[in-house]
Amino acid sequence: MLEIKNIKKSFGSTEVLKGVDLSVEKGDVVAILGPSGSGKTTLLRCINFLETADDGTMVLDGQNYHLNTTSKKEISALRKQTGFVFQNYNLFLNKTALQNVTEGLIIGRKMPKEEAIAIGKAALDKVGLSDRYDYYPRQLSGGQQQRVAIARAMATNPKIIFFDEPTSALDPELTGEVLAVMRQLAREGMTMLVVTHEMSFARTVSNKVVLMEDGVVVESGSSKDFFENPKEERTKTFLRNLSESLGLVD
Amino acid sequence: MEGKYLTTMIDARLWGILVDSFTKILIPGLTLTIPLTAIAFTLGLIIATITALVQFANVKVLKQIARFYIWVVRGTPLLVQLFVVFYGLPHAGFLIEPFPAAVLVFSLNSGAYCAETIRAALESVPVGQMEAGYCVGMSYLQIIFRIILPQALRTAFPPLSNSLISMVKDTSLAANITVAEMFMVTQRIVARTYEPLALYLEVALIYLIFSTVLTKLQNMGEKKLNSYGHKGD
Repeated sequence: MLEIKNIKKSFGSTEVLKGVDLSVEKGDVVAILGPSGSGKTTLLRCINFLETADDGTMVLDGQNYHLNTTSKKEISALRKQTGFVFQNYNLFLNKTALQNVTEGLIIGRKMPKEEAIAIGKAALDKVGLSDRYDYYPRQLSGGQQQRVAIARAMATNPKIIFFDEPTSALDPELTGEVLAVMRQLAREGMTMLVVTHEMSFARTVSNKVVLMEDGVVVESGSSKDFFENPKEERTKTFLRNLSESLGLVD
Repeated sequence: MEGKYLTTMIDARLWGILVDSFTKILIPGLTLTIPLTAIAFTLGLIIATITALVQFANVKVLKQIARFYIWVVRGTPLLVQLFVVFYGLPHAGFLIEPFPAAVLVFSLNSGAYCAETIRAALESVPVGQMEAGYCVGMSYLQIIFRIILPQALRTAFPPLSNSLISMVKDTSLAANITVAEMFMVTQRIVARTYEPLALYLEVALIYLIFSTVLTKLQNMGEKKLNSYGHKGD
């Protein structure tokens, strides 16, 4: 459903993405893993045109796009089919939780207000925030803010939701409530592309895993193979380091 | 005995002048100073918002014009600007009445200063707000007017209130272009009664009252705008 070919991106003289390919099928939950600076976030931002890639092509639902020549109009149409969840939530600070969810529907998509509010409330109910409709972001905890952000992303009924390290800004206690919402979303068949450091999520929720380092894909495959049967030496080291840091190995 | 009688006479005379002139000064305050400030500041805010937005959005040519306008207005004295418009322009064939001349100069002047305040506030809104707007399918202008500008104006509210209070006091300069506002009326009463100390202190007190009311309004406004952080709207 989403097919990325040969994405390249440099910031100045630093080459961040050196030709990355990626393929996502409908209903897939793909976890992108990798050390800091490997280009995971940049990849996600290029796919949603928050950064303009230097080169590369993309197919979303049969539509072809060239990543550095796409027009503003096409980008805007494309974004209406996707959702994006940021590391630091980026909720609209001057809007309530409910307004955050309905804004894109009423303003971006010209949906009638009553309909948008009904959808917005349903989305907030789903992420367990039915008692927080009228709260402003600053009145919510980090975990609650991120759940509002997820409700905002899924309310538009997107074909795919991109998650950029959705739990990295949260303390461990609040991570759980966000991951639970994502797990629920995955179970319902939502297609998700998730940049994450949460190994348990990659292992138990995602069906595909991509390991990136230095702007290239080191290994990608089913999550079962990746964790139980890694092919690349680098993947083995990565997994070993992780288990050590988690204290799973003496 | 006689000396004390004389002092009482003077005090009574002075007191009479002060009481008598209080309403004489206050009336042009209510009919000229306040309308002049209200109209000029409103226009100034509109000019400032547009000037700040074209810079923030990096609109070619318009951005250059905005920078030029701010450069000229901030770099020249307000009093000189009033003279250029009121005494100077008629020589070029543009005759302009005192009150409209004052409105024009004060709105252009505050527009330039407030533009910088609003531009700084726009730039202080986190870039993630814009990105989030794009990601939910909003257009650039929709994001500016619904997300960025409201947050920026909230940040800019205290310094803009500062500019408003400044303007109330600066309107006294309009006396120089024959606008019969509070200060000019006071000068006239001084010329007739020769009580400069008491009368200039009196007009200062009236300006202080106006500023105090505005400061109170500012505090109320800030409380209201802070509702983003508290429950309810």
